[in-house]
Amino acid sequence: MRLTGAALTAEILAEQSCSLIFGYPGGQVISLFDALWQRRDRIRCVLTAHEQGAAHAADGFARATGKVGVVVATSGPGATNLVTGIATAYLDSVPMVAITGNVPCSLIGRDSFQEVDIVGITMPVTKHNFIVKSIDGLADTLRTAFQIAKSGRPGPVLVDIPKDVQDALCDFEPQPAPVSPEPTAPASEERIKRAAAMLKTAERPYIYFGGGVISAGASEALCALADRLDAPMGCSLMGLSAVPSDHPRFLGMQGMHGHFASSAAEDAADLVLALGVRFSDRATGNSDRFKRHFRLIHMDIDNAELHKNIPAELGVRGDLRDSLDRLLKILPQQRHTAWNRQLRALRQEEAERSARAVREVPGTLRPYAVIDAVSERAGDCITVTDVGQHQMWAAQRCPLKTPRTFLTSGGLGTMGFGLGAAIGAYLATGKRPVLYTGDGSFGMNLQELACAVTERVPVVIIVMNNGVLGMVRQWQTLFCGRRYAATTLDRQTDFVRVAEGFGARGAHVCDLDALTAALDEAFSQEMPFVIDCAVDRDEPVLPMLPPGGSVDDIITEIERF
Amino acid sequence: MANAKKYVIGVLVANISGVLSRVSGMFTRRGFNIDSLTVGETESPGFSRITIAFHGDDDIKEKIIRQLDKLHDVKEVEVLEPGDTVIRELLLIKVRNKAEYRQDIMSAVEIFRSKIVDYSAASLVCELTGESSKIDAFIDLMKPFDIMEMCRTGIVAIERGDNCLKTEK
Repeated sequence: MRLTGAALTAEILAEQSCSLIFGYPGGQVISLFDALWQRRDRIRCVLTAHEQGAAHAADGFARATGKVGVVVATSGPGATNLVTGIATAYLDSVPMVAITGNVPCSLIGRDSFQEVDIVGITMPVTKHNFIVKSIDGLADTLRTAFQIAKSGRPGPVLVDIPKDVQDALCDFEPQPAPVSPEPTAPASEERIKRAAAMLKTAERPYIYFGGGVISAGASEALCALADRLDAPMGCSLMGLSAVPSDHPRFLGMQGMHGHFASSAAEDAADLVLALGVRFSDRATGNSDRFKRHFRLIHMDIDNAELHKNIPAELGVRGDLRDSLDRLLKILPQQRHTAWNRQLRALRQEEAERSARAVREVPGTLRPYAVIDAVSERAGDCITVTDVGQHQMWAAQRCPLKTPRTFLTSGGLGTMGFGLGAAIGAYLATGKRPVLYTGDGSFGMNLQELACAVTERVPVVIIVMNNGVLGMVRQWQTLFCGRRYAATTLDRQTDFVRVAEGFGARGAHVCDLDALTAALDEAFSQEMPFVIDCAVDRDEPVLPMLPPGGSVDDIITEIERF
Repeated sequence: MANAKKYVIGVLVANISGVLSRVSGMFTRRGFNIDSLTVGETESPGFSRITIAFHGDDDIKEKIIRQLDKLHDVKEVEVLEPGDTVIRELLLIKVRNKAEYRQDIMSAVEIFRSKIVDYSAASLVCELTGESSKIDAFIDLMKPFDIMEMCRTGIVAIERGDNCLKTEK
């Protein structure tokens, strides 16, 4: 079959089972979009309002399904608008292929119109990237891009295709099936045995897991191991949804705004089994305590993560599900009665501390009350967040049931991530998304309401509107003598009228009755619905482990501001 | 750094454009310092070989190797132990050609087994290969003789015996 580069690209996308992609056209991808249109029987291309939204949508698609998300953009500003989205995916190990057009090869390097070195720009935020300067290498490069994106620790790959390569002709041999990920070498038997031996000697074991468990599909093995080890589990932000929130052994997220019980349990443990985590500073606090308190086993698919931030006594590289299954085969049932008694006391202390921290401010809604009311009717929803206080409240409070139902920008902390990601997640799964956002984050990419309305995405958007950039304000309160530099928004923006302007609907709420009525309406709609919730500007996210702090420094109550 | 040691690693990479950026970019991005980096073709046209020298402790060395191993274009990484490795560097140094100390320069050139590769009325250029310490010593000797300019290649290194960096990963 003789095809143009553009048609070949569309054929490869079809061959790699990409039935849904996201993008925004432009001068240097006209040929590519034309080819996609001609393959619209196999590939649906969703037009977002902005390339960043398209990248987040491809990311949300990938997070919700585990499949490779695909985004297409033009050269120059189209390509640079993808960068935040690509970096977001990179930091959270999300499989993605970004395809950009570029000026014809003969114009490269001349600062031509809409020319940018996107390969150079994205080198630090992709697993790998390519510029394809000859049609002969195009098919294999695209296939390799998919393979890299989904092999080992997943991540984004960018392929830059100059316009003349899109228009050149070459022979194309279709392949019958998508490329398979490169197999990961299994962990060595010796290391699995050593891990089992260490686990057997532990008296107070604690399992700390992250997003790697979700990527590996290792949730069941994880829960089985916790039972076998008679150990509690806590997680990083990225680990949320890997195990049900109400799992009796689950103590919640740990770290800067994590649950007191999980952080305290980790601190009291004599052995920590870390699974698919990378010990981000936000999750660990003061990393010195890792050297003092406990023995550490670190299992991860990425060899470079072992000993990177925290040196482990034993590092086990390999696919987590395989490693855990093999560990389960040789580890006998453990019992830690005294440890579990201690954990119950920690949970009790946590409940007492959080009860004391409850604040009621007339005319506003408590964030947890909002989340509880939403969760009551959310059912089998996908929870998506933006970044800031609302993100932490959601991470602490949302009752999650199944893996891949909590989508959040963990590593990069991208405000404006949520709406695009919610669109991608809905179109991928058909499940209604609930987006928790703030008046700061929502303002960053709310133009994607246009796309959400066009695509009839029934997303329920909960704006925790406190009139301030609350997370930064909280730091200013604690560490800057309450000097609120550049964090007081107090905009005149009416988010309900904004929603209506985009063809969606919404409601302002400042009490629980109004919230209930708004939720009734929102969940009966098959269109986006914005609920603008009044939240007090001094509602803090607690607990808080100050940067570089340890469990003794956890703030669980802040005086009235 | 308390336990800083000098390390030399050999890195076999795909011979394609951008690969040097990827390797050096990883060092910059993660805050690792490079003392010297050289790159050249190998016996196989599909591969280039990069020799990198850096200072650090064992932990940093491990991190560098693990990060290099992750790069798609990197095929093989090996730490070259000084005892088992031939390490060489090339120096070209131009000094002012003055009668008053010409004989001293000639003696140094002979003792160091250097070569004079350019000679003019005003200047002369010496070429020297050897381990970095030998190059350093020669430069020190030349300092009183008015060094006009110099350049050194940075080190290349190859393991003694029949051990090789393999082209298949």
